[in-house]
Amino acid sequence: MRLSRPARGLLAAITAVVLALIYLPLLVVFVNSFSTSQNLTWPPPGFTLEWWAKAFQSEGALDAVLTSLQVALASTAIALVLGTLISIGLQRFEFFGRDAISLLVILPIALPGIVTGIALNNAFRTGLGVQLSILTLIIAHATFCIVTVFNNVIARLRRLGTSLEDASSDLGAGIWTTFRLVTFPQLRSALFAGGLLAFALSFDEIIVTTFTAGSGVKTLPLWILDNLFRPNQAPVVNVIAVVLVLVSILPIYFAQRIAGAEKIVR
Amino acid sequence: MTVDASAPPTRRAVVPPQRGNIARRGSVFLSRHPRLRLSLLLSAPLFWLGLVYIAALAALLITALWTVDSFTGQISQTWTLDNIVAVLTGSLYQTVTLRTVGVALLVTIIDIVIALPIAFYMAKVASPRAQRILVIAILMPLWASYLVKAYAWRSVLSQGGIFEWLVSPFGGHSPGYGLPATIITLSYLWLPYVILPIYAGLERVPDSLLEASADLGGGTWSTLRLVVLPMIWPAIIAGSIFSFSLSLGDYITVNIVGGANQMLGNLVYTNVGAANNLPLAAAIAFIPILIIFAYLAAVRRTGALNNL
Repeated sequence: MRLSRPARGLLAAITAVVLALIYLPLLVVFVNSFSTSQNLTWPPPGFTLEWWAKAFQSEGALDAVLTSLQVALASTAIALVLGTLISIGLQRFEFFGRDAISLLVILPIALPGIVTGIALNNAFRTGLGVQLSILTLIIAHATFCIVTVFNNVIARLRRLGTSLEDASSDLGAGIWTTFRLVTFPQLRSALFAGGLLAFALSFDEIIVTTFTAGSGVKTLPLWILDNLFRPNQAPVVNVIAVVLVLVSILPIYFAQRIAGAEKIVR
Repeated sequence: MTVDASAPPTRRAVVPPQRGNIARRGSVFLSRHPRLRLSLLLSAPLFWLGLVYIAALAALLITALWTVDSFTGQISQTWTLDNIVAVLTGSLYQTVTLRTVGVALLVTIIDIVIALPIAFYMAKVASPRAQRILVIAILMPLWASYLVKAYAWRSVLSQGGIFEWLVSPFGGHSPGYGLPATIITLSYLWLPYVILPIYAGLERVPDSLLEASADLGGGTWSTLRLVVLPMIWPAIIAGSIFSFSLSLGDYITVNIVGGANQMLGNLVYTNVGAANNLPLAAAIAFIPILIIFAYLAAVRRTGALNNL
């Protein structure tokens, strides 16, 4: 198949239009973060830096960012360990019930968040009789984060095959040595990509969070939900969203560079 | 979804000298007992998923068979099918279920239709450099909070919002808040989740196959239909699982841009919160669970679950 020049042009045009549509609402958020209007009228009546100053002094927002970072880091760490274990188990072994287990991993993300949310809420409070806290929140997040690590790692394992691992054990390396020096280095970028998605998933999660966070635990999405409809706070929320998007460029860029570097070597 | 590249270069590994310590002996023992190795690998994750997740879902199923004491507001553990019957026969639940499934299907179709040309452009037309920039451009909006984006659409679609401002010179109107706004916003929110697996799927289609098809006389459309589509079908289904199930359980976007419309998530939410009727909420929650299970069962054979 050789695409004609007009066909390539059409595809490029569609891509450009959709990207413009994707960024239009973000542009609105960006412009509104400088708007003097508090109820987001368009076009903005005037511009001010007031909200940016307020956002960086807002203790509620900064605390919420820290809480979200803690929760996302902890649940990503758990997901990395569990997701790697389960994908090695499913990829390197043949056994009965493998399909059932891979379905089990996908389930927490495939089922609607509100189902996961009320099921875990019910289990924690009435089933186990524990108070909701930051720990219950981390447990809930880790549960649905496993799948992103699992998917990336198992796809990588499938592609790698076992020849290098076999060679390593033929040459006398034990299980740990083979994992440390052969398997793990080849998994590193898959772990990074999976971990990044897990982190993003946890950082932005609101529905499961509503049902599993303790009363004192305020993650960023919960804080945003509280403040979105307050006239004085809505522009501050916009500022925070803009900062998050800008900050997110760094990890995405690194993930891309790692993936890109590997591609060139191939 | 798999954002993935190929295998990294293999570095020269220095194998440490053999030692007769515990790690070495454990390694020897484990390499002779693959079943033990497997059970050690799987015990922790299965313990976690089974204990945390499956037990919780089972408990929820049981709760649906209980009832709420109308005087104390406490859950009383008397067995009854009343909640299930109410959900199955109530016209409210039927209407809302149909509406929710309709919205989820429409969102999924819209996202796939938009994602296909973009993913194709990214994977097969754009230069490697442009490709990398496009992936970043698609991934970046994922980091702007879900709530902020939904709220941005509320502002875009509002009376006197930017949408009205853009289309009013052409005599257009903003759709206002309602189901169309919900569908637009949900399609917007889940679009990256659909583009990325399809892009990854297209990247795995070798260019040589497309050339072979052309050499054998296949036109653009027949190549797309007979070569590309069958190869990326699992990836398309994988993307659809995201948009379908994320739409199916959503209740926050509907609250922000949906006007007075309710989806299944809203019914569950009201019954957990304001109505304080967890058993009924649990019974309603089984509608999306059943729908998702049916969907997963239907697509399992395509191999889509390996493409998420």
